[in-house]
Amino acid sequence: MTLIQQIITILMIVLGTMLTRFLPFFLFSPEKPTPQYVRYLGKFLPSAVFGLLIIYCLKNVSLLEGTHGIPEAASILLVIALHLWKRQMLISIAGGTICYMLLVQLVF
Amino acid sequence: MKEPSVIRQAFLAAFPHTIPIFAGFWFLGLTYGIYMNASGFCFWYPMLMGLTIFAGSMEFVAVNLLLGAFNPLQALTMTLMINARHLFYGISMLDRYKNTGWKKFYLIFGMCDESFSINYTANIPDNVDKGWFMFFVTFLNHCYWVFGATLGGIFGSLLTINTKGLDFVMTAMFVVIFLEQWLKEKSHISAYLGLGLSLLCLLVFGTDRFIIPSMLAILGTLTLLRNPIEKGGETL
Repeated sequence: MTLIQQIITILMIVLGTMLTRFLPFFLFSPEKPTPQYVRYLGKFLPSAVFGLLIIYCLKNVSLLEGTHGIPEAASILLVIALHLWKRQMLISIAGGTICYMLLVQLVF
Repeated sequence: MKEPSVIRQAFLAAFPHTIPIFAGFWFLGLTYGIYMNASGFCFWYPMLMGLTIFAGSMEFVAVNLLLGAFNPLQALTMTLMINARHLFYGISMLDRYKNTGWKKFYLIFGMCDESFSINYTANIPDNVDKGWFMFFVTFLNHCYWVFGATLGGIFGSLLTINTKGLDFVMTAMFVVIFLEQWLKEKSHISAYLGLGLSLLCLLVFGTDRFIIPSMLAILGTLTLLRNPIEKGGETL
């Protein structure tokens, strides 16, 4: 690819990303009331999306090969336990990550 | 003139929320910069692409697009498919980004997974300006990413610390955000649907193409179950 072709390719990626981010705001203007159905989605979608993002993060974990997802499962359980106990975001995240790093570097 | 102290207060409230992202983006950005470096691109590329695209997974795909044959239409459609989840974020943020003035454009521009998740779930104290809080969450995340990508592009090949497993910081963060949302909501049906349908689609369609089917399945099921779910109660 030439430099111009590279720039066009990158601009296309920028355009595509921005379309997905801006489209809802163009479709539903702040002046007019947002349709009830869209408000309903706006309220209930996030819980489902956070679930989707967790699965997305774990998509390369194989239960049948390698470490069988044991480091991931153990670390996630620790994150949940720490969070229910202290409810301090940073402690839960740091605890789970350190646990995972120790497991994959030293144990497995 | 209260403006400077309002901004300062929002920055101080926003910063702690972005610390996990600092760790995660520093690492992922660095990985991305190293990958670009190893693929033969000078550090300008990861730096400018981090600045303008600011969508992590897409930037990794972009490396392959740049190495392949010139095909702008394919680049556009692939981007739309990979980033389609942002549509959901926008729908969820319609109300929250209202009345944020000029900052709204930047908030939407920088609405990556992490910025959306924090801005959606954070309990912003009443005395903190919400617009500026969300601005700083977005802006700091953006800085971390560009910073990591640039450093990776420059020094990537020299790094020797064992950072294996550090990328789990992102998984841990999404688990915490999911849990926070879980503790706030009365009905967990949408949370179950998100986990269950995504897992099902992952098993059926495989790692590279399960996002769009998952989104369609979630959207379809939420639409079909609208009446029972709305009766089930308020999430927040």
